Amino acid sequence: MSMMKKNYVVEAIRKAQLLQLLASGKRLDERALDQPRNLKIETGVIPKANGSARVTLGNTQVLAGVKIATGIPFPDTPDKGILMVNAEILPMSSPYAEAGPPSEDAIELARVTDRGIRESEMVDLTKLGLIPGKSVIAVFVDCNIMNVDGNLFDATSYAVVSALRTAKMKKYVIKDDKVEATDELIPVPVEKTPVSVTIARLGDRLVVDPSAEEEASMDMRITITTDDDGNICASQKGEASTISPEQVLRAADTSISVGKAIRAKILEATR
Amino acid sequence: MAGTKKELIDKNGVRLDGRKWNELRPIKLQVGIMKNADGSAYIEWGKNKIMAAVYGPKEVHPKHQVLPDRALLRCRYHMAPFSVDERKNPAPSRREIEISKVIREALVPAVIVEDYPRTAIEVWVEVLQSDGGSRVAGITAASLALADAGINMRDLVVGCSCGLIGEQVVSDLDDTEDKEGNGDMPVAIMPNLGLVSLLQVDGVYTRENFQKAFELAIEKGKQIYQMQREALTTRFFGGEAKTTEVEEVAE
Repeated sequence: MSMMKKNYVVEAIRKAQLLQLLASGKRLDERALDQPRNLKIETGVIPKANGSARVTLGNTQVLAGVKIATGIPFPDTPDKGILMVNAEILPMSSPYAEAGPPSEDAIELARVTDRGIRESEMVDLTKLGLIPGKSVIAVFVDCNIMNVDGNLFDATSYAVVSALRTAKMKKYVIKDDKVEATDELIPVPVEKTPVSVTIARLGDRLVVDPSAEEEASMDMRITITTDDDGNICASQKGEASTISPEQVLRAADTSISVGKAIRAKILEATR
Repeated sequence: MAGTKKELIDKNGVRLDGRKWNELRPIKLQVGIMKNADGSAYIEWGKNKIMAAVYGPKEVHPKHQVLPDRALLRCRYHMAPFSVDERKNPAPSRREIEISKVIREALVPAVIVEDYPRTAIEVWVEVLQSDGGSRVAGITAASLALADAGINMRDLVVGCSCGLIGEQVVSDLDDTEDKEGNGDMPVAIMPNLGLVSLLQVDGVYTRENFQKAFELAIEKGKQIYQMQREALTTRFFGGEAKTTEVEEVAE
């Protein structure tokens, strides 16, 4: 997801420069290859939301908001709550973003983010059931991409996790087979802290947390989400290129180790 | 297996449909089945029934999408409304849009797109009946359709999905195992070049299980590649396409 203007000549020159730098183990912004950009997490920025977080990763900025309501469960999971994660790339986020129906890239971003949260079983949906088959608690997390500078996957994921970890919802009680909201506020049943780490390949080098400029020149990107125990719970390879099996396993190890440091930051910011 | 509702694997390691952990469902491949398309293929894989057709290289419309140095590969993965238990709305869902994207990204590296600048190559994947693993089955058929269309390629692309039932790594999940199991990992490879062109993961894998499932998917992909070769040989050198019985070696 480059969101950069496609200019063949500039792209080719920039790519040559990037690859030359990488050959000596350097990046444009002087980061180490496995070093993510500076991560800033602010929570509770939208008081009307049940939970919210603004995440700034380098110059990429994402705002996630949680809204919680009661809903009707899916027929195949009558006793489980509903969790929906969505993301929208705002037209204001980049000179190359457009209003209108979501692009293929935006749909992929939303679905990959949702998968990382869902598959890690971060939210215990069994604790969100109210009346089996009739009523459950539905948790919606919507993300606004405010500014695009590469690696929307990770920034969005961190925003969702931070917003969910700090979200408060009304305690619901069942009276005479009816669901009633009380004034008591309780946290969302969060069990895990999934952390997404995106790695781009430029030439034959793997770099963590690609900037927009690096994304414009990358051949391949892989996003790997890990949980607190170092398990791998979601992954998605992207871009029209290949990755060798060795690089997949190397990327998995990098995601586990880099993810650990980022998880500590998220936990610190959302205590 | 502990932790799974329906006992997808029994005590002897036998799955609901009688397979062992590392066995494939039956696969049938046919190449060149459609009259109008420049290339086409049909795959039956378990209960999957999928057609793939290729048109091109052809003129690009709209023209602003032209790529000056290579072909534009378009891909649509689509499920027929009658392909699933509950009728599916025929409009492309978000899932289908994402799958179309990852299939395209899995196929482009195999096509020598530089040989066809300023043209479009269209790949249509239609799922007539769906079972688990329809995206990898679609990729397997689509790469045969591309070869059938005579488009220059570096390698075929072949996919297989592996996953988890409880903590047991299994190959080639069917629909029930995909929904009730504990993880799904579709992988597509270019078998001669030894490269991976599609990788998606969901479920909770330990580092060891991740590697085991990933490597099993590659191994199974290589096995299906032999069937692809056979299907192409049948297409161009005669004979009837046949169902290939897979010889399995249990653990």
